[in-house]
Amino acid sequence: MNLTLKVWRQKNPNDAGGIVTYDANDIIPDMSFLEMLDVVNEDLISRGEEPIAFDSDCREGICGTCSMVIDGIAHGGQRGTTVCQLHMRHFNDGDTITIEPWRAKAFPVIKDLVTDRSAFDRIIESGGFVSVNTGGTPDGNTLPIPKVDADEAMDAAACIGCGACVAACKNASAMLFVSAKVSHLALLPQGKPEAERRVLKMVKAMDEAGFGNCTVTGSCEAVCPKEISLDFIAKLNREFGKAILKNRAERQVAD
Amino acid sequence: MKLDSKIPPGPVTEKWEKYKFDLKLVNPANKRKYDVIVVGSGLAGAAAAASMAEMGYNVKCFCYQDSPRRAHSIAAQGGINAAKNYQNDGDSIYRLFYDTIKGGDFRAREANVYRLAQTSVKIIDQCVAQGVPFAREYGGLLANRSFGGAQVSRTFYARGQTGQQLLLGAYQALCRQIGLGKVQMFERTEMLELVVVDGHAKGIIVRDLVTGEISAHAADAVVLGTGGYGNVFYLSTNAKGCNTTAIWRAYKKGAALANPCYTQIHPTCIPVSGEHQSKLTLMSESLRNDGRVWTPKRKEDCGKAPGDIPEADRDYILERKYPSYGNLAPRDISSRAAKEACDKGLGVGPGGLGVYLDFADAIKRLGESTVRERYGNLFDMYEKITGENAYKVPMRIYPAVHYTMGGTWVDYNLMSSIPGLFVIGEANFSDHGANRLGASALMQGLADGYFVLPYTIGNYFATEKQPKHKTDHAEFKKALGEVETRTKKLLSIKGKRTVNSFHKELGKIVWDKCGMARDEKGLKEALQQIPALREEFWKNVNVAGENGELNQNLEHAGRVADFLEFAELMCLDALNRRESCGGHFRTEFQTEDGEAKRDDENFAYVAAWEYAGEGKPPILNKEPLVYEEVHMSTRSYK
Ligand SMILES: Cc1cc2nc3c(=O)[nH]c(=O)nc-3n(C[C@H](O)[C@H](O)[C@H](O)COP(=O)(O)OP(=O)(O)OC[C@H]3O[C@@H](n4cnc5c(N)ncnc54)[C@H](O)[C@@H]3O)c2cc1C
Ligand code: FES
Repeated sequence: MNLTLKVWRQKNPNDAGGIVTYDANDIIPDMSFLEMLDVVNEDLISRGEEPIAFDSDCREGICGTCSMVIDGIAHGGQRGTTVCQLHMRHFNDGDTITIEPWRAKAFPVIKDLVTDRSAFDRIIESGGFVSVNTGGTPDGNTLPIPKVDADEAMDAAACIGCGACVAACKNASAMLFVSAKVSHLALLPQGKPEAERRVLKMVKAMDEAGFGNCTVTGSCEAVCPKEISLDFIAKLNREFGKAILKNRAERQVAD
Repeated sequence: MKLDSKIPPGPVTEKWEKYKFDLKLVNPANKRKYDVIVVGSGLAGAAAAASMAEMGYNVKCFCYQDSPRRAHSIAAQGGINAAKNYQNDGDSIYRLFYDTIKGGDFRAREANVYRLAQTSVKIIDQCVAQGVPFAREYGGLLANRSFGGAQVSRTFYARGQTGQQLLLGAYQALCRQIGLGKVQMFERTEMLELVVVDGHAKGIIVRDLVTGEISAHAADAVVLGTGGYGNVFYLSTNAKGCNTTAIWRAYKKGAALANPCYTQIHPTCIPVSGEHQSKLTLMSESLRNDGRVWTPKRKEDCGKAPGDIPEADRDYILERKYPSYGNLAPRDISSRAAKEACDKGLGVGPGGLGVYLDFADAIKRLGESTVRERYGNLFDMYEKITGENAYKVPMRIYPAVHYTMGGTWVDYNLMSSIPGLFVIGEANFSDHGANRLGASALMQGLADGYFVLPYTIGNYFATEKQPKHKTDHAEFKKALGEVETRTKKLLSIKGKRTVNSFHKELGKIVWDKCGMARDEKGLKEALQQIPALREEFWKNVNVAGENGELNQNLEHAGRVADFLEFAELMCLDALNRRESCGGHFRTEFQTEDGEAKRDDENFAYVAAWEYAGEGKPPILNKEPLVYEEVHMSTRSYK
């Protein structure tokens, strides 16, 4: 099939950037969306032009590197699918496809479709962990965990940190991302001792990174390639409320 | 070069404990005086960086992705082995040790493997404490599944995302240390050269992938946890960015490279769909617990819908050939069985390069919901890629390059032949011999990173007392100059062929001649073709853009340039090893029924290749493999 692409090109963070139109010809339905872009790029390079910069690595939907907005939808609109797993059989011959980077103040564009998502790392660094050192941990089976709890924690832990939730949100809020990590750890006994301290620190880091507020429109859940549930945002709010109410926790954050 | 494996004396079961006691320690207050560079933030790198920072060392950690959380370890699906014997099915440290040695076709070092089996037990405890959400039974205890090459159930898993969860555990530990200021993290930064001063590894040269800035970093030791070189084949299950650059650069600075011809072809991948294919996708081997591998018995049936082929006309190839392991035969054996069937014209799907992996019986036996619970995400992934529903029609699978057992030669301390350069995880050659068992790479990466290197590196500091150097030392300047020159050269050729076209062509050469089956004639051809292709690359490659900005084409060009050199050594090693063992199958050396035929008399050694200078043939150093504990036998999975 033959397609028309309208692609965001931006040389560097300071460049104003703009949409450039390209033809993508002889595209095969079995190609992934990124393989389609590979074909376009090979052609651009052969013609002495600069290829379109976009991020990808695993190309199997798990590393969270690939990130682009296709026709206005983060990852392109196939439910539970990253753009590297989106295949061209979902498009039609003659389609015009618009491709843009994630857009959020906290995710500045580096080049073309590549953005800087290190704000997510800053949030985890602030407290998204269990403080255990290597060694000296008890036998794994000394701590039975009900299967339902482990399963729910896993549902939250499945987040790949791609940032689609932020890109989809009109407020560029990172609540779904933060709630997934807070919930994953708060649901497990290992995470409980630090739960209050963790949620306060992570929410603070999130605010400082310039993400917007959550107004529960649910667009994050709709685009999430791992279908992380909005319920976790409710859990985050509960965890946050609990922590605030116990002023003991405030003291902990202060140290 | 004199290779000293530094294997401690004594019975294999006691070596590590005794050795740990004998290791010299660095006083806690002195640890902060040591700087360590860790290249890589996968399971091995992240675990090592976090653990060493906890101990007090100053760590700088580098990765090429935009976040340490995205290292390729994230993609591991099936699970991680540990000799916990929670299932009471007769597992033990000794059995895991034995299975690994046997699975590796008696080409691994006994002492290392025993240590790996010992530490496996602690890894699970560590990960549980970090909050890794392993699968659990209703009673709340940890669940296990079985994996290829083992008759016990010792694999721990987190749905089909075990690598992701283990890596996030290590990443979180790393983030904690970044937050505490003990680790300085450099994302989107690629190591392009190793710096050696007076024979000791003292730093690296890196390129900032966003700005193009090339800079030097100095330390008291350098650790490489940079993963495998499977992408030399162009198509593999590895992430697009996986490369050999770090270990190749180290090789050229004097770190011997061991057994590069030991590559693993994974039996259960989604078949290639066309020329555009940019990578291959693995379907976890755990699928073989419940899926049955078959092909039609007759060529005429290959084009039919699988449902139209009656039971009597199907050949369940693994169950027939290996009745006691059946569909769980080790990877090399299962891969070759699929290739054989396809070579005979019995393959299914596009190009006849596929065999069925059928879940109909499992769905009948367990119900669709149980199958969905076990493998749901894999079935979903399969459907996304192929457009087919594997609950209704059997999956099609074909072998693909997946893992590389070869890598930098290291001694028992995980130190390379360059003092001060340590290599961990898939990047080293250490524990899997000629074939790795499923669910053992995650185990090795974490064993190296959490429990081995943090001890052994201290011994290096405590015994060597080497001087510190700054980046204004002449060796740093020289290495920096070399990187700048190479980068400029790549950008200045402006030839007619794209980087990708060279990579694809190289991949095809090595897949055809040094892939699932190898022979002398093919390898000799490859050894002609690879240098010719390399020469053309340096005359005719067209690298787009400039250095001073994000330039993915330039990144790819540098990696392909190194693969073009590395591939030659891989083929040379395969040519030299005139036997078949594990993943290295030389068609000249096979038994009557087509199994690998080892030659223990002449090849029970690690082939550690030493760089001899530009244009000179590399030097082969042999580390003999001595088996004190287990008796070398012919592998049989029948
Ligand atoms: C699809 C798939 C599924 C798998 N499933 C399993 C499984 O179920 N069980 C199992 O045990 N094993 C499995 N494996 C194997 C296992 O995942 C890997 O062997 C293991 O994760 C490798 O870990 P590592 O830390 O050595 O390297 P990696 O995770 O590959 O990390 C390499 C790191 O080095 C960095 N790096 C590389 N080169 C450079 C450079 N030049 N400069 C700077 N940084 C660099 C990268 O950024 C990255 O951070 C699987 C592998 C694949 C491909
Ligand atoms: S490239 Fe890894 S999730 Fe898409």
